Amino acid sequence: MRAVVAGAWALTCLATFAVAAGNAAPGYAGLPGGTFKSALAYEDAKQGVRIAPFSLMRKPVTNGEFLAFVRAHPEWQRGRAPKIFAEGRYLEHWQGPTTLGDRALPEQPVTWVSWFAADAYCASVGARLPSWNEWEYAAAADETRRDARNDPAWRERILAWQSRPSDAALPRAGLQAPNAYGLQDMHGLVWEWTDDFASLLVSGDDRNQGDADRNKFCGAGALSTDDRDNYVVLMRVAMLSSLEARDATANLGFRCARSVR
Amino acid sequence: MIKRFARVFVVAACVAAAAGCGGKEKAVDGEKPVATESGGSLKGDLGPPQGPDVRAVLTTPPMVPPATGRKTPARVIVELDVIEKEMPISEGVTYTFWTFGGTVPGSFIRVRQGDTVVLHLRNMPHSKMPHNIDLHGVTGPGGGAASSFTAPGHVSRFTFKALNAGLFVYHCATAPVGMHIANGMYGLILVEPPEGMPKVDREYYVMQGDFYTTGKYREKGLQPFDMEKAIDERPTYVLFNGMEGALTGDKALTAKTGETVRLYVGNGGPNLVSSFHVIGEIFDKVWFEGGTRFQENVQTTLIPAGGAAIMDFHIEVPGSYVLVDHSIFRAFNKGALAILKAEGPERKDIYSGKEVDAMYIGDRASANLSAVSQATTAAKTGALTAEDQVKAGEALFAGTCSTCHQANGQGMPGVFPPLAGSDFIAADPKRVPSIILHGLVGKVTVNGKEYNSNMPPMSQLTDDEVANIATYVLNSWGNPGGRVTKEEATALRAAKPATASEGH
Repeated sequence: MRAVVAGAWALTCLATFAVAAGNAAPGYAGLPGGTFKSALAYEDAKQGVRIAPFSLMRKPVTNGEFLAFVRAHPEWQRGRAPKIFAEGRYLEHWQGPTTLGDRALPEQPVTWVSWFAADAYCASVGARLPSWNEWEYAAAADETRRDARNDPAWRERILAWQSRPSDAALPRAGLQAPNAYGLQDMHGLVWEWTDDFASLLVSGDDRNQGDADRNKFCGAGALSTDDRDNYVVLMRVAMLSSLEARDATANLGFRCARSVR
Repeated sequence: MIKRFARVFVVAACVAAAAGCGGKEKAVDGEKPVATESGGSLKGDLGPPQGPDVRAVLTTPPMVPPATGRKTPARVIVELDVIEKEMPISEGVTYTFWTFGGTVPGSFIRVRQGDTVVLHLRNMPHSKMPHNIDLHGVTGPGGGAASSFTAPGHVSRFTFKALNAGLFVYHCATAPVGMHIANGMYGLILVEPPEGMPKVDREYYVMQGDFYTTGKYREKGLQPFDMEKAIDERPTYVLFNGMEGALTGDKALTAKTGETVRLYVGNGGPNLVSSFHVIGEIFDKVWFEGGTRFQENVQTTLIPAGGAAIMDFHIEVPGSYVLVDHSIFRAFNKGALAILKAEGPERKDIYSGKEVDAMYIGDRASANLSAVSQATTAAKTGALTAEDQVKAGEALFAGTCSTCHQANGQGMPGVFPPLAGSDFIAADPKRVPSIILHGLVGKVTVNGKEYNSNMPPMSQLTDDEVANIATYVLNSWGNPGGRVTKEEATALRAAKPATASEGH
């Protein structure tokens, strides 16, 4: 077993090196893009969705990084950000608007952030939030494979995290082994906002399949999931779908992406 | 509709009369109409809520909230918390349950038909997942599911009028719905009929569920959910109230004899249908499928997944009554077992307890057991004759002794001494019952030949049987005759000779 793990590490390093050979900025990993079969069924993209090369932060944004952001952009400080952009519990775990305190250590991923705040953060560093497809594509990898989604062990590992409540303190970001793209903590640490999360419209009632609320879908964007094995992906979609852009939760953070020019 | 129904009823009565069963018409007249309707949801709206708002009393299983006690409809506020938490599912085994109210099954909700129920679904801030609720007691699409999709740290509210009386399941219906149910997200809501439920002494809340873990049954540690097993409908556990042993030992349901117990039993599923049964009781009444009518004198009632039933039974005799899914391997190999302990004085007239524990010879003595029973009867009435004893002894000998000493008492040369024409017996006839009782070890010489084997004691025989076998041996195959009584056998049993065998 140990030998296998060691082997996986060696592979990881190689893969990381190969991918990182692109021109990604420090802290980012370059992803090659290509055709990707999403767990969502796109009626207009049966062969898979096209993903352009992009780069993605290696780790989720931390409290420390977000603190620097709100210091530089006071309008995003707790108590100053408009309620319409950030609900009442925005950064509530921080000791003060510009103090982290015991419940928000600098290396922990930032949580209790709204989509608007995450979006503003990424803009402030010359980046953007990844799209759902980009995020799903990046998160399909495990330590050795770019697409590990058909491996039951991969699903079990992710599910083990999904099924646990978030009542314990979060570990620091960047503890887990990088995946095949060099990305850390894509699973097992926090949920993450995506740029287009609001277009993930899971029915509030799982049993309306076949009699969906058509008002919720616009043109070719209509989505459904039919891969029953990929319920771990489906659960992430359900989670994002239950949120509004001003919402913040105890276990939802984000990381930023950049398009490759 | 009602008119048409009445006409059908009259026609049926005429047919019965025409069939020539005298007096039948009168009997039909005397009976209550068999099929009065309660009217369903059409008759369920009992008007707008009256009086101040009522906060629903929610109880944790196995407890049931008190009767609403109301004669008018009210606005009832229900506040239900969704809590994700790790709890034991068996001894040394834990599972991450998703719950309504922190328990599996979820809190019991009790309202009255016609009530307007305002349901607040509060998803705890530390939850990982969004959740919703579908109450089968709701009239409206999704049973409220689409109106209650709730992110972690949020609360949703919707209102419904409980139009149908009955016992209804509620559960989560968020994607993937099967997993949310498999994780324990279900419970019961009782919508009392306007007149309330008949009074009983005790009410309990029991709900079955099937659980799917990656580890085997009773494999220790935190066990993750196994989607594959769930799809294949191969549960690792089938449980009452969410944990193996939730209702056994110190946590058993309790009652006293002379009381009537009512169980509100639900089946959360997600997959299995329950053959619900209480061992040693007969349900006096079962409101099958949780509906309006009851069936009487039922042994086992079927509770579908996503269904419920109410059952009453009066307890006459004290003891432990075991609640099982009579699909019985689930009870004994997957955990579907609970106990109801009834205390009170014995009722020997209804149930005797163990009266006899006697040896049963079975087909070893199939030759003629009637002789044995005849001897037993004769012994009791004091009319036992030597002849009775010989006959009974012959039958018993055939079963117990003939294997070694042979049916004709010839024995086996060099191994088992002969009993036929035995000088060893003739020398001391009383040896026979003593050796039967205590066995014999060491060398003996019978009819000039030496035997050295070990006869085991036949102490399993009753004193009657020993006396009868010995009497038979003494009166057969040229032996000297005589009689051994039961009393002698009793005395010999107490006196152990030096040559006694310790057995094999």
